[in-house]
Amino acid sequence: MASPPPLPSSTSVLSSASSLADSLFQRSLDDLIKSVRSDPSSEPSIIARSLSEIRREIRSSDPLTKSIALQKLTYLSSLHFHSMSFAAFHTLELLPSPSPQTKRLAYLAASLSFHPSTTELLPLATHQLHKDLTSLSTSSSSSSFPFLPSLPLHLLSLASSADLSSHLAPDLVPLLSRSSPLQPKAVAATYRVLSLCPSTVPVLFKPLVDCLSSDNPLTVSAAVGAFCELSAPPNDPAPYLPLAPEIYRVLVNSRSNWTLIKALKIFSRLVPLEPRLGTRIVEPLSKFLRESQAKSLVLECIKTVVSCLPTHTEAMRLAIDKIKELLSSDDDPNLRYLGLQTLGMLAPGHLWALEESREVVAQSLTDPDRSICHEALRVMMAMTLQENSIESCTLLVRQAAKSDPEFANEILDSVLTSCSKDFYELVVDFDWYVSLLGEMARIVHCTKGDEISRQLVDIGLRVRDARPELVRVARELLIDPSLLGNHFLYNVLSAAAWISGEYVEFSKDPMELVEALLQPRTSLLPTSARAVYIQSVLKVLTFSCNSHIDESSSLVNDTVIARMLSLIEMTVGPLAESEEAEVEDRVRNLLGVVRLVANIKDLSGDKDKDGMIYEVVRVMDALFSDEMGPVSANAQKKVSVPEDLDLKDNLADLSEFISDNDAAMSRSNPSILFYPQSCNASEEVEVGPTSVAESTSLKEHRKRHGLYYLSTDKETTEPELTEDYPRVNETLPLSNGDTTRRVKVTKLRPTVVKLDEGEDLATSSSLSTKVEAMKDDPLSGAIKDVLLGKKGNGASSSFDASSSSQGKGKDKVKGKEIKSKKGEEGESKDRHKGRRKHKHRKEPAPPVSVAQETPVIQDFLL
Amino acid sequence: MIRAVMVISTQGKPRLLKFYEFQPPEKQQEIVRYVYGALSERPENVSNFVDADSVFGQGTRLVYKHMATLYIVFAFDSSENELAMLDLIQVFVQTLDKCFKNVCELDVIFNFNKLHTILDEMILGGQVIETNSDQILKHVDDIARIEKSSSTTSLVPKSISARFGR
Repeated sequence: MASPPPLPSSTSVLSSASSLADSLFQRSLDDLIKSVRSDPSSEPSIIARSLSEIRREIRSSDPLTKSIALQKLTYLSSLHFHSMSFAAFHTLELLPSPSPQTKRLAYLAASLSFHPSTTELLPLATHQLHKDLTSLSTSSSSSSFPFLPSLPLHLLSLASSADLSSHLAPDLVPLLSRSSPLQPKAVAATYRVLSLCPSTVPVLFKPLVDCLSSDNPLTVSAAVGAFCELSAPPNDPAPYLPLAPEIYRVLVNSRSNWTLIKALKIFSRLVPLEPRLGTRIVEPLSKFLRESQAKSLVLECIKTVVSCLPTHTEAMRLAIDKIKELLSSDDDPNLRYLGLQTLGMLAPGHLWALEESREVVAQSLTDPDRSICHEALRVMMAMTLQENSIESCTLLVRQAAKSDPEFANEILDSVLTSCSKDFYELVVDFDWYVSLLGEMARIVHCTKGDEISRQLVDIGLRVRDARPELVRVARELLIDPSLLGNHFLYNVLSAAAWISGEYVEFSKDPMELVEALLQPRTSLLPTSARAVYIQSVLKVLTFSCNSHIDESSSLVNDTVIARMLSLIEMTVGPLAESEEAEVEDRVRNLLGVVRLVANIKDLSGDKDKDGMIYEVVRVMDALFSDEMGPVSANAQKKVSVPEDLDLKDNLADLSEFISDNDAAMSRSNPSILFYPQSCNASEEVEVGPTSVAESTSLKEHRKRHGLYYLSTDKETTEPELTEDYPRVNETLPLSNGDTTRRVKVTKLRPTVVKLDEGEDLATSSSLSTKVEAMKDDPLSGAIKDVLLGKKGNGASSSFDASSSSQGKGKDKVKGKEIKSKKGEEGESKDRHKGRRKHKHRKEPAPPVSVAQETPVIQDFLL
Repeated sequence: MIRAVMVISTQGKPRLLKFYEFQPPEKQQEIVRYVYGALSERPENVSNFVDADSVFGQGTRLVYKHMATLYIVFAFDSSENELAMLDLIQVFVQTLDKCFKNVCELDVIFNFNKLHTILDEMILGGQVIETNSDQILKHVDDIARIEKSSSTTSLVPKSISARFGR
């Protein structure tokens, strides 16, 4: 770093006219603020002008001019969000200033704007930081400015890089010592350095541990805070288990609520790893719960008990009482908010406690405070089980109808998410749930149409018993013209139309359905939804004709069919010229059938069972009577690729097989947005065999490459033979594994068809990678080395390099550990036992060293 | 840890910003806008906590205090206790009050550097280092005294400009 430019004496000021003019007429920060405030409308131009001034002034050789410019720039950068990266070098230039004021300005500028990712010049600060950190020991400047080292500490904690941290770590050690007046600050900065640069652990960790037993309560507080941060997720808390005795001592002796809170936080992370710690801390915890006047400490005790001491009945009871106290504090919304938050933590272990407060929770849903509503909703969902799902969800949906748009949708979102979780596990009565879905869609502010429509179709596919009710709900949605104007509901309507068409056999009145599907306001729908509407009309028409011939329905007779035909022709006819390919395609199909049926009717006159109309209608009906099943997201993956198949091969040579007919077919492939795969798959299956016009070349291709086609056995397309439901999935050659399809059969609930759960696999794999990442965390590795890894454990070389004084100190800390270990040394059998036991008790894979820690705690504490 | 300390006027203007995890200026502006939006729509006499997951990440929260024309906001994560944070805001306000004798928005506007000095005596790198407002004030006063005594001797141009100012 360049040495500071010489201070201007009065002569040098006079000799340099520009510098004098600069400093005489330079606007101060106050001037700048005043001018911005005087005319808020022209703020951008004033700031732009100031910035150009600053760019000039900051290059000045006069340090005062420079520092004022930097001060203004810092202000503009911090509160008006202008980048000050161009001034990084000038900031560095001012760091060594002998004036404490300028130095502080420069450090402030640096700590607000520097960051390793954006400041390339950061390494240039190393020397100056080193100098300022060690200024107390080099006496000269210490008398004039005893707070000097705190400036680089701030900078280190906000803007340091790993390199800078490792270079400066040794300078922190004297500041962490007992005599240092800046001990608390140094502790706080040490935490940041440690987490940035794990290789500094051998140098800094031991002094940091010593700070736990400092005489200065502020230092202890800062040190406990530092360990609280170090052990916080996503870090692995296991390496800090050996510190449990130290922290326990703090917990028992400290008088500061701040310190106690942090100590409790550390314990709440350690107890799950070593449950015996729980029995140890439960006593002081109960004392705090009973006696402490500090609400913050009581709150922390509640959290700790609820989250990691659920088996200690006495403490649990105390905590639950305290939670109820919080909930009932009517005059303090903060306490009610926190009460709800802690109440939610009681699920799922102590649902009875939640149930006891159900009324308070339900009432909180209507609170004017959004945060409280949030928590109440969370608690409500946490206590929703199969037994009370109807009650809870009905209440919530009713509440959503009364709430403001944002919260209403949050409620709907939680209800939809939790009810559909694990294949609708919460839902016992699907008739109820389906009508609830309908109710949700009708809520004025509802924007969750996509999810509602997905679930409607999904339930239709999975839950056979729910279909009659689904059709009823769909009808109600379809016949309401007011819903057609709401663009959030287009998908819901589209799903309703699909359901009405697909499960038309449950419909009470097909004519009414056709009228609803063709009502004038359907012109408001987007193309995709209209296509579904028209396709559904076709399905309804086919069904009606069929039941007319069978005389199976009293609702369908000649007049009804005639009315239906004329209505369709009249309303759909104009759409044949629609510019949307999807719509036009469906319309032409529909009109084709309508005219065919109408013509034959004219020709045959009476109901001739052997006549053409019978044939046509039967064929048409066969098209749609086939049932669709859900398709697993993993279905495709299960089809193994044959060895001789080259998927990357150019498909151009297939063109010879594709006749015009095929091309037309593929063009008209219906794509129903909410369930594309299943629709396409089954439609193709059915169209294939019934299509008279199948080209011979395609047949040939099918024969040769039959493996890649979905099975088209006549038998399976016959509806009465498809008992084994779902069919679509089974047609896939390799997906019929009994292991993958789990049909949960309960007495009360209707069967919900489940396929394999791809999502579950995904989450478990991501979980294991997370665990992996935790194990690889370099910081915890380094700390483990220092705390545990002394003998023969292949302690890292960085540890060996550390000074001998640390080794001694560590021995002091772990004196008893060594004693206790002596007995075990060599008895590998015992150790193995311990490890195995540990593994049984603990969840995922604590590293080997954890097993060795167990005796440490045992001896010390238990 | 404490993720950020913000003082924002009821007009949405930032008056003091300190982020304990680096945020580039554009992101800072976005955060201020979000926080102001979240706070300004809250009615009076409700709780002082707001979820901040969308800005500061999972499990983070804002605690704020509405005083006259200012919102004083701390953002913190699960390593801090909610009520302790509320107390800390109180300490901060008390310190400002003692420092400026009934603090008002103008004090905050015109004392950019002093505010940072006060904050730095209370929080370092997101860790609380002092919670006693008298002690904080004492440190701040000491610093001011030292800076004053050294600036009068060494800075000639300032004395010139001061004379011109008279």
